[in-house]
Amino acid sequence: MINTKYFIKGFKSVKGIDSPAFALGASLIALGALFKNLGFSIQQSFFSTFFTYALPGQVVMAESMLVGASLLNIFIAVWLVNVRLYPMTVSLMPLLMHESQPRWKYYLFSHFIAVSAWIIMKSNYEKIEKQNRIDFWLGIGVATWSIAIISTLIGYFASDYLNNEMMVGLAIVNPIYFTCLMIGAMKALQVTFSIILGAILGPAFYFISPEWCILYGGFIAGTIGYFIGGKSGN
Amino acid sequence: MGTSIVLAIFVTAVATYISRFLGVLSSEKIKETSKIFRWFNCLAYSTLAALIARMIVFPVGALSEVDYLIRFIVILLSILIFYFTRKNVVYPTVFSAIILTFLKGYF
Repeated sequence: MINTKYFIKGFKSVKGIDSPAFALGASLIALGALFKNLGFSIQQSFFSTFFTYALPGQVVMAESMLVGASLLNIFIAVWLVNVRLYPMTVSLMPLLMHESQPRWKYYLFSHFIAVSAWIIMKSNYEKIEKQNRIDFWLGIGVATWSIAIISTLIGYFASDYLNNEMMVGLAIVNPIYFTCLMIGAMKALQVTFSIILGAILGPAFYFISPEWCILYGGFIAGTIGYFIGGKSGN
Repeated sequence: MGTSIVLAIFVTAVATYISRFLGVLSSEKIKETSKIFRWFNCLAYSTLAALIARMIVFPVGALSEVDYLIRFIVILLSILIFYFTRKNVVYPTVFSAIILTFLKGYF
């Protein structure tokens, strides 16, 4: 059912000098500490990362709870901040789909779609035969997911020892890491235009709608990037 | 409070998985060589860039306590280190945490 050779290969791909483990771990340690300070139990902190595994959405949930938001408001706020997972999934799954593999694998293993795993897979998929890519993806997903869960627990237990300066230091790690990964991904013109425009329009739309800025900015930037990059010969 | 946390975790998980589920559903009819696939690829990168930029420019939590100027200095220096270290992501990542902590304490 699962090709262990490719699963292990995927699992091991999070090792190495460019591993996302440090940035991912640092961010989730900060999240675990935040959960502890908000009054979450260790089990609740564990299951939040276990079932959601999308840092910005979890932060939004925590912040929303802090201001006493309703469940509907939390749902909408999380959906809006995590809606990026839709284009990320659509731009990854066709690369993994193969007729020899059962469909349930794609629906179940899509749970692991998050920035770190997505970028690792996008950088490595060409090295793997198409029929084995979903098992390779599972390896990457389980590895990054495990790092996230363990880091949440570490943050929860270490929260009493983390002062404000340390929390600030941990908070910058994730955006810096992803900024570098995005710059590293700027090879084709379409992608380069999309990233630069997204970085400008995302915050720009914040002045119009803080909730919808990622969706509006991302959609317009990606569409312009697609057409400009395409006309420029990609 | 305990019950509301459990419900909030459930609602957050559902709101997140919806995008992943719909993404797989849509993918069943999209070929990797098609124009729509390339458009979605652009959307994925642009949406990520929008999210990361928003996290830096309009942060929530601990990072919001840091002055704009300090944040931009750290970003700029980290990008320079990224290029100087032949696009290694670990050095700028580690450096950013250290320099931010230093600058915040100094200014």
